[in-house]
Amino acid sequence: MPVEVVMPALSPTMEQGKIASWTVKEGDKVEAGDVLAEIETDKALVELEAAADGEVGKLVIEAGTSDIPVNTPIAYLLRDGEALSDIETAPAPVPEKPETPFPAVSEQPPASSVVPQPATVTIAADPELPADAEMTEQSVREALRDAMAEEMRRDETVFVIGEEVAEYEGAYKVTQGLLDEFGAKRVIDTPIVEHGIAGLGVGAAFAGLRPVVEFMTFNFAMQAIDQIINSAAKTHYMSGGLVTCPIVFRGPNGAARRVAAQHSQDFSAWYAHIPGLKVVAPYTAADAKGLLKAAIRDPNPVLVLENELLYSVKADVPVSDDYILPIGRAKILRAGSDVTLVSHSRSLDACLEAAASLSAEGVDCEVIDLRSLRPLDTATVIASVQKTNRLVTVEEGWPVAGIGAEISAAVQSEAFDYLDAPITRVTGLDVPLPYADNLEKMALPSTDKVIQAINTVCYRQG
Amino acid sequence: MGKKPVKQTQKTNKLMREEDLVSSYHDMLLIRRFEERAGQLYGLGKIGGFCHLYSGQEAVVTGIAKAKLPEDQMITAYRDHGHILACGVDPYNVMAELLGRADGVSKGKGGSMHMFDVDKHFYGGHGIVGAQVPIGTGLAFANAYKEDKNPAVSITYFGDGASNQGQVYESFNMAALWKLPVLYIIENNQYAMGTSVERASAQTDLSQRGRSFGIEGRQVDGMDIEAVYAASLEALEHARSGKGPFILEMKTYRYSGHSMSDPAKYRKREEVKDMRQHHDPINMLKHRLIERKLMNEEEAKKIQDDVFDVIEQAANKALENVEPDSSALMTDIYVEENHAG
Repeated sequence: MPVEVVMPALSPTMEQGKIASWTVKEGDKVEAGDVLAEIETDKALVELEAAADGEVGKLVIEAGTSDIPVNTPIAYLLRDGEALSDIETAPAPVPEKPETPFPAVSEQPPASSVVPQPATVTIAADPELPADAEMTEQSVREALRDAMAEEMRRDETVFVIGEEVAEYEGAYKVTQGLLDEFGAKRVIDTPIVEHGIAGLGVGAAFAGLRPVVEFMTFNFAMQAIDQIINSAAKTHYMSGGLVTCPIVFRGPNGAARRVAAQHSQDFSAWYAHIPGLKVVAPYTAADAKGLLKAAIRDPNPVLVLENELLYSVKADVPVSDDYILPIGRAKILRAGSDVTLVSHSRSLDACLEAAASLSAEGVDCEVIDLRSLRPLDTATVIASVQKTNRLVTVEEGWPVAGIGAEISAAVQSEAFDYLDAPITRVTGLDVPLPYADNLEKMALPSTDKVIQAINTVCYRQG
Repeated sequence: MGKKPVKQTQKTNKLMREEDLVSSYHDMLLIRRFEERAGQLYGLGKIGGFCHLYSGQEAVVTGIAKAKLPEDQMITAYRDHGHILACGVDPYNVMAELLGRADGVSKGKGGSMHMFDVDKHFYGGHGIVGAQVPIGTGLAFANAYKEDKNPAVSITYFGDGASNQGQVYESFNMAALWKLPVLYIIENNQYAMGTSVERASAQTDLSQRGRSFGIEGRQVDGMDIEAVYAASLEALEHARSGKGPFILEMKTYRYSGHSMSDPAKYRKREEVKDMRQHHDPINMLKHRLIERKLMNEEEAKKIQDDVFDVIEQAANKALENVEPDSSALMTDIYVEENHAG
């Protein structure tokens, strides 16, 4: 049968085109690759090539004709001794709209799409510790180190890679002792190549290893964010579930003290935005251990956002190689009935201080540590708001499209009728973090700012 | 990786075996015909989005596929149809992916640029220029980590355009520093989208791009499958034996535009025609096979007809395949498995 030449779709958005000129005439012999016509699309003038050898049998549409819908026959090529009479019928009249090129399928969106729902995973409760469970007092730094060491003892495929993680024992001494115990094969110093390490880690994870990639701070991970998002987070989905990426990216996040704008950024909201990633931000030593161990065992890419100013804070940590906390569960740090404070990482200091301070004045605050930012445990927040009817969110990150904004959306959607006051956010100010001591303090959340916000939602005079 | 009774450790004969030469003619034609059909289906609006065809470059993946061991991995960028076919994946599933259908290799979720088959050691299919290079280096890291005497080699492909990306050099440095078993294949098809190598690269001998890291490199006629095979064999042996990475710059040519929407104003039509007529990798191999009496015209015609039928059937079957069920929309975002191991 003669080969039909149709108005081609030449870009992802093209719906119709114009034949600017024919470069062949009826009766011409052509080879595959020869230009038949010049087609004007919405973007450019493109040459239309013959897909096969043959003879130009018939030019159906005249040069200069515009608005020819994609898929309309515009010419016929004759092959091996075919004749013009083999062209079956006159071309069909130009359809108004190109027919849908796909077999019909249900256009019905999944029921859950009425309200945008984040991708979910099943989340267990915290493990119950027996009353006589052995505890030890440890800093967050030591708890993180033990988490890695225990998981490395348990699983040969776990390794730690990053700048200064081995011989220097970590820029913040988090990897202290690991090189001695596990050797240079599994505790690997790298050149200063954040992008390269992130990508190399992703490849190693694709091949079945479990890398723990340390960023000296998450500020430098912006060099690597393409690999974290485009490769680590998306490949499982893009491959239809064939490729998995069990990797941990960890390091200190957020403001330290007086290191200015480029070294002080809070990336909580950035990574929490990404489907395919899990994000945790532990506050206590016990949570740091339980969540990092969970992150290493998780078959998905997990970001562990630590905080430099919390590294030396000590607290009780369960002595157990299997102290694994669920990723995606918030924790109530302080129960209360008058107002809910929701925060994570170091901003919880301000929340707990504010709660203690207002307690003396008869205001009973409930303080929730989110611990995980993706999955985000909105259920715990909503249950609390249903009890207290007032909500203050506190975070170091910028206000626009932040964690507090996300929580506000969830609460107004699920617990609108329970709110007795508008939700109030305490955030880092909308400015690159300044260096000067006074300006830096002004830009970050503080106990005073949290107290003010609590007074606002409680309609109190401060 | 399952242990086989007799494990090949490294192929050695630099001359291609006769049956490999004949099967290469078939394999290259299969890619060519597949891409022609893909181009037609794109023109018909059946394939959406971006579509980057491999026609003209077939000798590169086919020659390497003949030289590699089964467990050697391959990874490339978005011009990946030829690579996944060369790994032995059924054209039906590849075409179904292009069409966004349920039986696609990535269940219709990846499309033209994101093909994967981990069982066949093909790791994609990556859309960000250069990003596959550190990932491929990471595959090699994992191979070395296993401390096998004859490790698998990660064959990491990228183009002349990607060879100017910073992360490529971060990868070169680490691969050389840690002597990772990786073979970098630079498919130099002369044009990064519409920019010729001369207009983009201060050093146009891309095989020398690893020199400051001490990585050996060689230019190869990427239109000549026997040259590709011989060079790859040697480079694979180098990487496998613990000497670290190797770079092969395959001088090749793409007949189609960068993608389907390329107006191709950056090169002359005569240039493309000259390559097609005088340097076509498939025709060159065909003439050699006939000259050496390994194949006659009749047998060549039979292979052509068989390939045509295989692709027709694959395409027609893929066109009949349904789109992914709506229930697939929110799956495969996370691995739903708690605390493996």
